[in-house]
Amino acid sequence: MNKQTPLIEMKNIELAFGGVKAVNDVSVDLYPGEVVGVLGHNGAGKSTLIKVLSGAYKADAGEIFVNGEKATINNPRDARAYNIETIYQTLALADNLDAASNLFLGREIVNRYGMVDDDAMEAETRKIMQRLNPNFANFKSPVSALSGGQRQSVAITRAVYFNARILIMDEPTAALGPQETEMVSKLINQLKAEGIGIFLISHDIHDVMELCDRISVMKNGKLVGTEKVDDVTDDEILAMIILGKKPTKSK
Amino acid sequence: MKKAMRNVVGAVGIDLRLLGMIGALVLLWIVFDLSTGGRFMTPRNLFNLSVQTASVAVMSTGMVFVIVTRHIDLSVGALLGFIGMVMGTLQLNILPEYLGFGHWSIWMITAVVGLLLGTIIGAFQGWIIGYLTVPAFIVTLGGLLVWRGAAWWVTQGQTVAPLDSTFRMLGGGVEGTLGSQLSWLVGMVATIAAVVTIVLARRRKSNHGFNVKPLWAEYALGGIVTLLILGYVVIMNAYPLPKGAAKRYAEAQGIEYPADGLFISHGIAIPVIILLVVAIVMTVVAQKTRFGRYVFATGGNPDAAELSGINTRLLTVKVFALMGALTAIAAVIASARLGAVGNDLGVLDELRVIAAAVIGGTALSGGIGTIYGAIIGAVIMQSLQSGMAMVGVDAPLQSIVVGVVLVLAVFIDIVYRRRAGV
Repeated sequence: MNKQTPLIEMKNIELAFGGVKAVNDVSVDLYPGEVVGVLGHNGAGKSTLIKVLSGAYKADAGEIFVNGEKATINNPRDARAYNIETIYQTLALADNLDAASNLFLGREIVNRYGMVDDDAMEAETRKIMQRLNPNFANFKSPVSALSGGQRQSVAITRAVYFNARILIMDEPTAALGPQETEMVSKLINQLKAEGIGIFLISHDIHDVMELCDRISVMKNGKLVGTEKVDDVTDDEILAMIILGKKPTKSK
Repeated sequence: MKKAMRNVVGAVGIDLRLLGMIGALVLLWIVFDLSTGGRFMTPRNLFNLSVQTASVAVMSTGMVFVIVTRHIDLSVGALLGFIGMVMGTLQLNILPEYLGFGHWSIWMITAVVGLLLGTIIGAFQGWIIGYLTVPAFIVTLGGLLVWRGAAWWVTQGQTVAPLDSTFRMLGGGVEGTLGSQLSWLVGMVATIAAVVTIVLARRRKSNHGFNVKPLWAEYALGGIVTLLILGYVVIMNAYPLPKGAAKRYAEAQGIEYPADGLFISHGIAIPVIILLVVAIVMTVVAQKTRFGRYVFATGGNPDAAELSGINTRLLTVKVFALMGALTAIAAVIASARLGAVGNDLGVLDELRVIAAAVIGGTALSGGIGTIYGAIIGAVIMQSLQSGMAMVGVDAPLQSIVVGVVLVLAVFIDIVYRRRAGV
């Protein structure tokens, strides 16, 4: 199929928590400009797998390749260095801080005296918000005072701002209304067009059918299979998720 | 009317909670002044109040960081006692042997050793909390017992006195003040610095094209700040040295002491200057450094901080090391003020410090707190205590009142936060 070098290749990843293998010998890959859905029930291991890539967990075994080169990811900082950005299901925002402080958390703009430059960060935040969500106007309040969609905007902006090449989205639309979901869908297509590779973790089949190019389904910590979305039906995906049954390749 | 009020307050950019605290403080002072027949709001009492507050206030700024990161430090009172005891022994029994009694460098060496000791002990407790993941409550409860016991051990329970005379100036006794001219100088510099800060902030904001406050609001804010600073200087200068000290001063300056007395001003006390410097540094650290930003981010959402690449364990060590250093500064002030170190130095201070931070709006759930709030909280606590003592309230009743006020203040804060939705 694709002769390009994959952006990301995760090979034979394993991770156990106290004897339970949360991820058991799983391999997935991701190409530029592609959206790969990672599907499965709660507890199937999809979030754990993706946290290995984002640096939140360290795999017991297996290798990660970024642009064909072996990568060492031991913590979130390492992942960011490879331009891997993550939007967590819980959004991972510090509720007591404002949008700009959250956007730049861990990567603050400092002036020449090493002091955090809040005004510069707010100006940058205003600029990028203008592009991604022009309705966003609340730059002064702590993000706890924002709506779910606005909080999502902050989380997404944070990932996009720092030139992400690989974006991990963990249930990006779980807490959103229809309009905001639409916004996220638009954004995903926009980012895709820019050549960014996206891992989309979801258990909403419709989301996945609409946005993804390929899907990788997990069950009980194991990979059931990876299929092109165009080659399979909704029912076949459901069978993969629920029964762990690979679709018959007859058609 | 209420709305107009709120608009004015919003325009000046002072938050309502700060206004509430200042209102409570002013009310407290008026009530005490009336019930003592005007003895509370005298230069003399306000001078004493500011000196008495300094030690607890210095520690409360550090406690803000500790509580903001969802921890607690119960050991500060005992640690203050231990550091005080070590510093006392050092300057009385050890250093004079090598340097000679009353050597000019004794106070400096003592203070630096105290500061190092506090930082190291704080960092050690922070390491147990951050890396060994023992809850801060337990670690510092253990610390309370350990350091109180260690303080006793340093001198087998003996009181160390009298402390080095230069060292004693740091406690703000009769000699430990700036006098009238220096106080004016400090007041001027502080005023200019405040005004320049306001102007620069406005310029920066308008450079980025943000909305700025109306000009009258900036003038009002600058006016209030100037009035507060210079008013404080006037009051401190209005408190004369007692006769004996004035006589000594006159002799030292070669002035003849007139028969009807001489008016020599106290001026601002040195511990208050120390507190001022600590307050400014801590405010800058909280608002303008990455470290400060990470303290608040970690308090708001530890997981988010961790996922953003912040090393929250190391951060815990730093926060407690800072608390230890501030405890050492407070130990210098407290021991210098008394001129002696006894076994009871700093007893129950941990509770005063925590109460000051909490009354000042620091939320125990983490993520929220301000340095100025904690300092105002410390002033409120101290006003309450010394005011009740002046009125002649029985000691047990004093404790009861302070306890009730603490719970009430936090309750009001919770209600305010729920209403304001922050």
